Amino acid sequence: MSDYPESYRYTKEHEWVAVDGDTGTIGITFHAQKELGDIVYVDLPRAGTKIESGKSFGSVESVKAVSEIFAPVTGEVIEINGDLADAPEKLNEDPHGAAWLVKVKLSDMGEIETLLSRDDYMSYIEG
Amino acid sequence: MSELLKTPLNAAHRALGARMVDFGGWDMPVQYTGIIDEHNAVRTAAGVFDVSHMGELCVRGPQALDLVQFVTTNDASKLAMGQVHYSGLMYETGCFVDDILVHKVADTEYFLCVNASNQDKDFAHIDQWRAAKGFDCAVENQGAKYAQIAVQGPMAISILQKLTKTGLSAIKYYWFADGEVSGEPARIAHTGYTGEDGFEIYVAPEQVEARWNELLAAGAEFGLKPCGLGARNTLRLEAGMALYGHEIDASITPYEAGLGWIVKPAKGEFLGSDVLAKQKAEGVRRKLVGFEMRGRGIGRDGYEIRVDGVAAGWVTSGCPSPTLGKNIGFGYLPSEKAQPGVAIEVVVREQPVEAVTIPTPFYKRAK
Repeated sequence: MSDYPESYRYTKEHEWVAVDGDTGTIGITFHAQKELGDIVYVDLPRAGTKIESGKSFGSVESVKAVSEIFAPVTGEVIEINGDLADAPEKLNEDPHGAAWLVKVKLSDMGEIETLLSRDDYMSYIEG
Repeated sequence: MSELLKTPLNAAHRALGARMVDFGGWDMPVQYTGIIDEHNAVRTAAGVFDVSHMGELCVRGPQALDLVQFVTTNDASKLAMGQVHYSGLMYETGCFVDDILVHKVADTEYFLCVNASNQDKDFAHIDQWRAAKGFDCAVENQGAKYAQIAVQGPMAISILQKLTKTGLSAIKYYWFADGEVSGEPARIAHTGYTGEDGFEIYVAPEQVEARWNELLAAGAEFGLKPCGLGARNTLRLEAGMALYGHEIDASITPYEAGLGWIVKPAKGEFLGSDVLAKQKAEGVRRKLVGFEMRGRGIGRDGYEIRVDGVAAGWVTSGCPSPTLGKNIGFGYLPSEKAQPGVAIEVVVREQPVEAVTIPTPFYKRAK
């Protein structure tokens, strides 16, 4: 469950992105959900919304506090994970899998290269 | 940035895998397994909290009572030896320096438990008034002399009794005894900040890690869990208890905060007594009120509250209530709106969300 997939790219703000063609699937990391604790709400943008790398595009709310989610990449939201509205606790259970947040059409493939590899991210959170 | 203060249990928390946060300059555990899990443990079994960051002040001397009476709102002359009460430490403005627990140790000695981040301010305030009024007593900041553990929940008494010969059932609610735990001296107070039955234990800092581990071991069969400040906050909020810096602060009076019951004008003059007497006679303009969210969202500290679409007040605390299964909170509203059953809106990230004022406490344990 706490496995960080090798194929994902990560940010220091604890988001991940998985790239398939020109589609990027975005989520928050296991470490992020652990830091947040019990998640009770997830606010996501609608499909069609443009998101920009490094800018906030939504928020997750835990029992304790609200935290913004920052876009790891620039693009247009093509799908949101509707399951999370009724079952936000899935973010605590499977943050790297079933509890992905949004899928975006990537507008700058070059951005991917600027993100952290799995090993770099893991040394970042363990450092 | 200055280094965070640590309680003697810091390493123990880290060993338990706690998530640590900066709480008023202290490096404290916010949670171990999860806030909801820990919250439920306290409501149904028991939880143990490190509250060693809390401050302790001692007022001792022939005029100790006079000084305590002068700086606080409640009537400490009514306390018997071994009794505790909740009180307000006041400015001349009738507003809060802090909210505190006053323990009567002897006719000439009072032990005050104060908020962590306020302890130096409280000490300076009380000692300054001691000097100004010439009361014949001494004030000592004893924060470094005590570590404090809270054991809370329906099973707390059974767990703690395994470790002490001090008869716990003989200590009435809001009384304390200077006894022992595991043969070492301990001030055992039948007090708490969770809305459950339980005890707060004051011990020497070098003893606290042993007591902590013994409590965890003794409590295992009862389902006791180590609990962080996250659960402490949701528990106190459900129980309708104020938190300094949220419901009360240096701009809020006890009457506004719904704490008129800790103000005893009949005891005579005290700091702010004239302001409070006037406020009592004329009524307050704003009051603290509980609310529950009807729409999707949680009203958090500082969020605007609207009545009839117009800004009318602010949220002081809010959280999902694990016990009640709804989102609750406290906020200030004009007095005429600060009663149960008023439709309000809480502005959550620029969106007004429907809510309604409700009676507090939100949760009351079955006796």
